[in-house]
Amino acid sequence: MAKRVLVVDDEPNIVLSLEFLMRRAGFEVQVARSGGEALKALEGEPPDLMLLDVMMPEFDGYEVCERIRARPDWNKTKIVMLTARGREAERERGLALGADAYVTKPFSTRDLVDQVKRMLEVG
Amino acid sequence: MLERRLARLVALALTALVLLNFPTLALVDRAVLGGVPILPFYLFAVWGAVIGLAAWLIERPGED
Amino acid sequence: MGALATAAVLVSLLYLGLLFALASWGDRRAERGRSVIANPYVYTLSLAVYCTAWTYFGSVGVAAAQGVGFLPVYLGPTLLAFLFVGFVRKILVIAKAYGITSIADFASARYGKSGTVAGLVTIVALVGSIPYISLQLKAVATGIGLLIAHDGSGAVLSGLGADTALIVTLLLAAFSILFGTRHIDATEHHQGMVLAIAFESIVKLVCFLAVGVFVTWGLFGGPFDLLDRAREAGLGDRLGFAGTRLTAADWFVLTLLSGLAALLLPRQFQVVVIENLEIGHVKRASWLFPLYLLVINLFVLPIALGGLILGGSTREADSFVLALPLVHGQGWLALLAFLGGLSAATAMVIVETVAVSTMISNDLVMPILLRVGALGLANKPDLTRLILGVRRAGILLALLGGYLFFHGVGEAMGLVSIGYIAFAGVAQFAPLLVLGIAWKGANRNGAVAGLLAGFLVWLYTLVLPSFVTAGMLPGSLVAEGPFGFDLLRPTALFGLSGLNPVSHCAIWSLAVNTGLLVLVSLLTRPSDLERLQAILFVDVEQSRRTPRLWRGEARAGALQELLVRFLGRPAADAVWRTEAARRGRPLEPDEAADAGLVERAERQLARAIGAASARAVIASAVRGETVGPDALMEILDETQKVLEYSRRLEQKSNELEAATAELRRANERLQELDRLKDDFLATVSHELRTPLTSIRSFSEILLDNPDLDAEERAHFLRIITSESERLTRLINDVLDLSKIESGRMDWQVAPADLGEIVRAAVRAAEGILTERAVALEVAIPAEPAPVVCDRDRVVQVVLNLLSNASKFVPKPGGRVRIELLRKDGVFEVRVEDNGPGVPPAQREVVFEKFHQLTGDLNTQKPTGTGLGLTISRQIVERFGGRIWVEDSNLGGAALCFTLPIDEAAPALAA
Repeated sequence: MAKRVLVVDDEPNIVLSLEFLMRRAGFEVQVARSGGEALKALEGEPPDLMLLDVMMPEFDGYEVCERIRARPDWNKTKIVMLTARGREAERERGLALGADAYVTKPFSTRDLVDQVKRMLEVG
Repeated sequence: MLERRLARLVALALTALVLLNFPTLALVDRAVLGGVPILPFYLFAVWGAVIGLAAWLIERPGED
Repeated sequence: MGALATAAVLVSLLYLGLLFALASWGDRRAERGRSVIANPYVYTLSLAVYCTAWTYFGSVGVAAAQGVGFLPVYLGPTLLAFLFVGFVRKILVIAKAYGITSIADFASARYGKSGTVAGLVTIVALVGSIPYISLQLKAVATGIGLLIAHDGSGAVLSGLGADTALIVTLLLAAFSILFGTRHIDATEHHQGMVLAIAFESIVKLVCFLAVGVFVTWGLFGGPFDLLDRAREAGLGDRLGFAGTRLTAADWFVLTLLSGLAALLLPRQFQVVVIENLEIGHVKRASWLFPLYLLVINLFVLPIALGGLILGGSTREADSFVLALPLVHGQGWLALLAFLGGLSAATAMVIVETVAVSTMISNDLVMPILLRVGALGLANKPDLTRLILGVRRAGILLALLGGYLFFHGVGEAMGLVSIGYIAFAGVAQFAPLLVLGIAWKGANRNGAVAGLLAGFLVWLYTLVLPSFVTAGMLPGSLVAEGPFGFDLLRPTALFGLSGLNPVSHCAIWSLAVNTGLLVLVSLLTRPSDLERLQAILFVDVEQSRRTPRLWRGEARAGALQELLVRFLGRPAADAVWRTEAARRGRPLEPDEAADAGLVERAERQLARAIGAASARAVIASAVRGETVGPDALMEILDETQKVLEYSRRLEQKSNELEAATAELRRANERLQELDRLKDDFLATVSHELRTPLTSIRSFSEILLDNPDLDAEERAHFLRIITSESERLTRLINDVLDLSKIESGRMDWQVAPADLGEIVRAAVRAAEGILTERAVALEVAIPAEPAPVVCDRDRVVQVVLNLLSNASKFVPKPGGRVRIELLRKDGVFEVRVEDNGPGVPPAQREVVFEKFHQLTGDLNTQKPTGTGLGLTISRQIVERFGGRIWVEDSNLGGAALCFTLPIDEAAPALAA
């Protein structure tokens, strides 16, 4: 059974590219365009991994991350934070909030796909 | 409280100056009692009164 | 000479003997340190030396002629007494701190230890005292004359009349000399004398009251009977103010003058200040002294009225006190009345002559003698005898002067008129004394000028007319003025008429005196010593530690010699023992005297011979420079500088504090700016990375996936293109903004037509609008809308607004309306849409950097840079306009901006 990946970003073109990449890598892809949508998507069956943008309207990536980690039943979901803000402090903040990886935009598509595969222990 | 006492005595001196001079005296000078002007009695009475007041101001205890 | 007169002479001699014994006893008690006068009651009674024969005989005289007109003379001192605790206390503190010996010494010390001031004050005091002393002589002589006349030995009387006065004069002189010049130290209190005059104050009070009681209850049936009889005799009117024959101004001036006299008359200054043992005594005296004045005046009116009712004339009223008992056969009461008058007169004469003779010796004669080098006085072995001799001569001079005045003038005048001359004379000291302790700016030149002028005015307006009254000068002088100059009439100077001569004189002389004192003080520079003394006097409480005045070389032995010469051996030895005790070893004659010793020696000398003389004496003995004024001022200046320095330090530290606070604020502001810049950079970085991410991702996807179908490839390539455009726009906007904000924007400012600008923008926007299927409505009037601006930038603004509007309108059915309006002084451009609108809370925020207008997100995310409105605002405000958001008539938002109308445009002028 294919692993499921949730892509969360408010930038349509980025969502499009991530969706394409994850599909190609053989994952089942779900899309959310805001923090609120992302949390809704987690209800029911949580995905194996999330690609989570930090800068979003309403509540941002950090907050989403925090909420997820507050729920024990969502513990298995791996979180990769994506951000256009590359500062070290922000990276640490993300990791401290329970993110598993932190990727700075723009990223190498191959590296990202490799990292996701590694984290989901496939291929 | 030397300062307060001082201020009161100066005020007393000024009050006495007003009471024992014109125009106050002009008012008093009009009054006649039993055919005699009351001016001399007024002057001595006020004089005595201000002396009494000064004595009271100076001699009452507990202000230094 | 009859029995009564003989008894009077005997009683008088006995009385004087008693006084002398009393004084000796008082002195002995003082020497043994068991003073009998160290209490406020004796002090008060000694102040009552104010009541002289003037009060005793003269008040009745005035009351008979002028009703209550005698009262200001006692009301003034009453008011002054209330100021004892304040004003007089300060004078006492000064006098004690600086060893003051007389009013002349006080004035001299205040004005730079000036010999001129001392001498001048002495002369004025002496000249002022003479009529006053003559008044006492006249009273006693008249009294004796009355007693003799009553005895019926008329022949003897007519032969002895003048002699009586002379005999009285010589007797009083001898008595005063015995009394007043037993000691050399003028500040050492004359405790015996004070005791004697306090006793005399009791005697005169008791005697006067006795006569008063006799008249009121003996000759009449009590005060009411007296009043009734007075009314019947038509004397009622005399008790009203009209009866005083004074004006309101006279009344006030006489009150003021008397208040001043109670302090400034030489004898008053002597008892109030010099003889004061403890400053604390003034407290109780400040109400007891007025009480004494009140009591001694209670029977003045009854005696005066009684005398008049019983047939006496106002001309003889000065002797009613004596004459009433005499006429009514009360020989012993008459004798008592005479004794009271004698006590009043002798007390005055004793204290006055002691005070005046001290001034004559210390402040007039000795300084002159010491300065005349040819006399070699400073080198004489013992000067105490000389000093005492001068004082004795002074006493004799004052009394003989009084006698001569009595003969020349006094016989023609009432007692009180004579007294007033003295009052007005000593009042001339008031300006230099009062201003001297209150105003540091008063200086020697001012004091001399004021006093001299006041003195001359006094001589001219009051003394001169008294000579006229006495017939010694032609009456035309007063009536018509000198040489017929009406304006210079002595009693109506410059047309100031209608006043009593005394108030006329007081007003003129005090005005001239005070005016000159102030004026000259302001116009001339004081010497350094004057400045120092001014500080010491005015700030006496702060400067009790006198600065060392001498620096220089003096041998202790030389100082000792000086003290011996001026103080006598015993006094000098006493000083030396104190000095030895202070050091714990005897002083060697050859040892150098330190500044403290020199200063104490000067102080001792000053106690004997006054400040001005002492200074001259010490200057002659201390070799080398004195510290004087210059060095002293250096010290003072040094202090001043330190004070100034510390003041400046304080100021600096305040400034520093302020600067620190400002720096802190600036730093906070900088940090805030830095944070803003950081935020801005982070945001810019984010905004740049976002399109870059898409571009890179899709490029890599295209590269890694050559198998994509054509449609997908085209789609991805379009994304790359549009994201690249977005990136370009963003970079342009960031550059624009940074140029505008840093002031490096190259504005092309010129007159332009806003209508044309809007039309140009609409043309440029047509592409996007058509693409998004937005219906555009344009309402631009045909006439020109002249403004001054950078045309291209304003086109950019309008374009930005149109493109913004087009992003938020619904799809399909989007409507945008652009309108140009002319309003009050401005043109307004409105871009309205039928989109979701902007909530009021957001209407300012939208102009912030990178604030993305988040509309309905069903559509694609807006592709603006988030800088468009920020830049628009900068541009509009650059040209004096305003930009804002409001509700639109179409249901959405209206973005509006204004630009000021170009009033200079020719289109408008037409």
